[in-house]
Amino acid sequence: MPHAAAKTMPMDLPGGPRARASASIRVTRGTRGSAPALAVGLMLVVAAATLPWWAPAGEASSWMRGFVEIACYFVFALMWNLLAGYGGMVSIGQQAYFGLGGYAMLVLANDLGVNPFLAVPLGAVVAAVISVPVSFVAFRLAGGYFAIGTWVIAEVFRLGVANVSAVGGGSGTSLTALRGIEKATRETATYGLALACTVVAIAGVYLFLRSKRGLALLAIRDNEAAAESQGIDVRGMKLAVYVVAALGAGLAGALYFLGNLRISPDAAFSVNWTAFAIFMVVIGGIGRIEGPIVGALVFWALNKFLSDYGTWYLLGLGLLAILTTLFFRQGLWGWAQQRWGWSLFPTQRRLEP
Amino acid sequence: MRVAIDILVQGLLLGGLYALFALGQSLMFGVMRLTNTAQGDFIVLAAFGAIAALAALGPLIPAPQLAVVAAGLLLLPAAFGVGYALQRGVLNGTLGNDPLPSLVVTFGLSIVIQNALLELFSADPRSIETGGLSTASVTLPGEVAVGLLPLAIFVLAVVATGGLQWLFGSTALGRSFRAVSDDREIAELMGLDAKKVYALATAIAFVLIAAAGLLQGMRTTVSPADGPVLLLFAFEAVIIGGMGSFWGTLAGALLLGVTQQIGFRLDPGWGIWFGHLVFLVVLVLRPQGLFPKTR
Amino acid sequence: MTLLGTHGLTARYGDAQALFGIDFRLEPGEVVAIIGANGAGKSTFMKALTGLVPAPREQVTFEEEPIGGLPPAEIVRRGIALVPEGRRLFPSLSVEENLRMGATAKRAGPWHLERVYGLFPILREKRAQPSTALSGGQQQMVAIGRALMGNPKVLLCDELSLGLAPVVIHEIYAAVPALCAEGMTIVVVEQDVALAQRVSQRVYCFQEGRVALEGESAALTREQISQAYFGV
Repeated sequence: MPHAAAKTMPMDLPGGPRARASASIRVTRGTRGSAPALAVGLMLVVAAATLPWWAPAGEASSWMRGFVEIACYFVFALMWNLLAGYGGMVSIGQQAYFGLGGYAMLVLANDLGVNPFLAVPLGAVVAAVISVPVSFVAFRLAGGYFAIGTWVIAEVFRLGVANVSAVGGGSGTSLTALRGIEKATRETATYGLALACTVVAIAGVYLFLRSKRGLALLAIRDNEAAAESQGIDVRGMKLAVYVVAALGAGLAGALYFLGNLRISPDAAFSVNWTAFAIFMVVIGGIGRIEGPIVGALVFWALNKFLSDYGTWYLLGLGLLAILTTLFFRQGLWGWAQQRWGWSLFPTQRRLEP
Repeated sequence: MRVAIDILVQGLLLGGLYALFALGQSLMFGVMRLTNTAQGDFIVLAAFGAIAALAALGPLIPAPQLAVVAAGLLLLPAAFGVGYALQRGVLNGTLGNDPLPSLVVTFGLSIVIQNALLELFSADPRSIETGGLSTASVTLPGEVAVGLLPLAIFVLAVVATGGLQWLFGSTALGRSFRAVSDDREIAELMGLDAKKVYALATAIAFVLIAAAGLLQGMRTTVSPADGPVLLLFAFEAVIIGGMGSFWGTLAGALLLGVTQQIGFRLDPGWGIWFGHLVFLVVLVLRPQGLFPKTR
Repeated sequence: MTLLGTHGLTARYGDAQALFGIDFRLEPGEVVAIIGANGAGKSTFMKALTGLVPAPREQVTFEEEPIGGLPPAEIVRRGIALVPEGRRLFPSLSVEENLRMGATAKRAGPWHLERVYGLFPILREKRAQPSTALSGGQQQMVAIGRALMGNPKVLLCDELSLGLAPVVIHEIYAAVPALCAEGMTIVVVEQDVALAQRVSQRVYCFQEGRVALEGESAALTREQISQAYFGV
């Protein structure tokens, strides 16, 4: 099977007595599995996009709702993975932007008359804009204390919003802007938006990590001081990643509450969002793009079959996360990647003679 | 003026309890750079442990005050053992340059504890029967009436802080703590067993956690979901006070307590929020905290 | 009996292989010097001897017993002490506390706090000060004293002269004969070749992870050493 998408860059080594015999090296990125995976991925997207037409009657609605929910979990986890695994910033406070995205969407749609489906990406933008001043505070901390500090900030937002009666205060409010639309249409449109968001999020993160900026990010993650000495603007990159992660979290939140139709501070700013994201990413493998996908699938399966057990289910999730961290440091996908060399979203460049 | 003094006193006493929440966290972070995100949940676990112990001891010891003391005598050594085993068996494996594993594992523990407690005890708030100890009051010079229990907690917090400071500064174990946190590799080169030293640090931290849980349960009600809030208080106290110093943590806790009291007086819904705000202000204006120890 | 020896010692430092089969022996009472350019593997060698870098069990022997790869605390207990490159004192501890840390392994022997102060009197004056408040040379004295507090049979000294003025280096190395007179066995890693030759009875020259030259310090010529040092 031919290598897919190999980017060849002949590099001539400087001439002179020490030049080696072969004068060019190819830099490739594709792996054996990545081309078929791309094809399968495209097929899945097409299948998903046409779901409303081929799904069995009666099931379509609940499948679409289920997908929207999983999409929100997944996008949030993908962004958390970007922030922690690639940006090196572990945050327990990303739910702040999830909630802000949701509330922004609601205010835009309810009070400012914006089309709710347009209000979703706009809500994400609002979350991203707010993340800039917040970063000035949050970046004062590092490591474990950064994590808890971001949690405090999320709590500040939660308590703050709970005191704003214009959005329903502590008990929340409903998305009235969609009242006039027929249920089936609304559900299909929400589903389509969710699908679009998922594809855009994956594509966006993947392309970003393949780029030079992505390399810079990896350099910072591995050794900040060395990266700085190479001329990489560490502070700027970290801010960029933080804002992008906030944008994504806001997108997930806005989308979620579009589907949910009701928002409240406790639901919007709950730390459980981050808990689930951590779970998905840790199970799947941090710092890899496929990680959140694998993790989301595992999470969805567990959710589907076990969530009725309530506390036992959550307890099991917690234990699973602990055991995976202790014994499968790389996550399940990471372990598979090491064991069998799989990589579906290759971003690593390899040198080939 | 009376009101101001009252707020101050109540705030300081509340801060004493927060110091007990925070000292264990400060200790663990100081020795091994480990952030225990389950700190609050372990405090709640200890409180429920005391409640369970009292349920068993109750029939044997009729006087509630004695029963509480007996529960404490059982709880504290048990906590020492639990902390030691936890560090040795689980947390030692998460230490290193990457903060993620310890965060995820302690976060996972937080979820496990909360849900286990929910299963065992249901979500209802419980408290520890103290036979009037929690409502007894004492009149200080200046005609300020304070609760006996809060005063005892405050005194205990000061004693604990002094004790930890003494342990770190004047004992061989304290020297080991400082050495291993400075340079683990060279400390091991001296013959130190880093794994054991870390486990002892956590064991001591857990004794403080157990005391905090017992007292919290006596002072007010506890429910399984309380953990995260207590963690945030502990964390804010450490940051406001400045890392690297136990007296700093105490000072931060006292300041947090006073701030919250001021907030509560202005509006019952604002107390905790005020504390968060002060924390953020300190973080922006003086990120190293008010009394940091420079290395 | 060879006190300390390595047999075809191989070791990695991070991802790269640093040592490619080092044969080394140390007899009781000797002072042996190891010289070589930066990156030759000298420090990795020291770390392999003390358990800071893993090594196969049989490749390092102490008093005829294999000790390769044992944990550092275990090796210290047996009687090997390291004065690390760059001193690496504990910043949170005072001078005296740093010295006391050296005695953690509780080995019996002639060295104790008062004796160290006798060897380096300036430290007695500064005993309560934080170790970071001392000059480079004084810190080196603390590092040596700390190692001595472990009552080792073998003292490994990694680049004692690093960053120190010649006068101070002289002062530090003046202590070496006194230690030898008591029967201490010493290995000295040094950048300064002439100093290494003066101080030791035998010299090893490392080059890119291998022993390029070994011989009596007094007998080796400058040409031999340059050749081995630079591999030219």
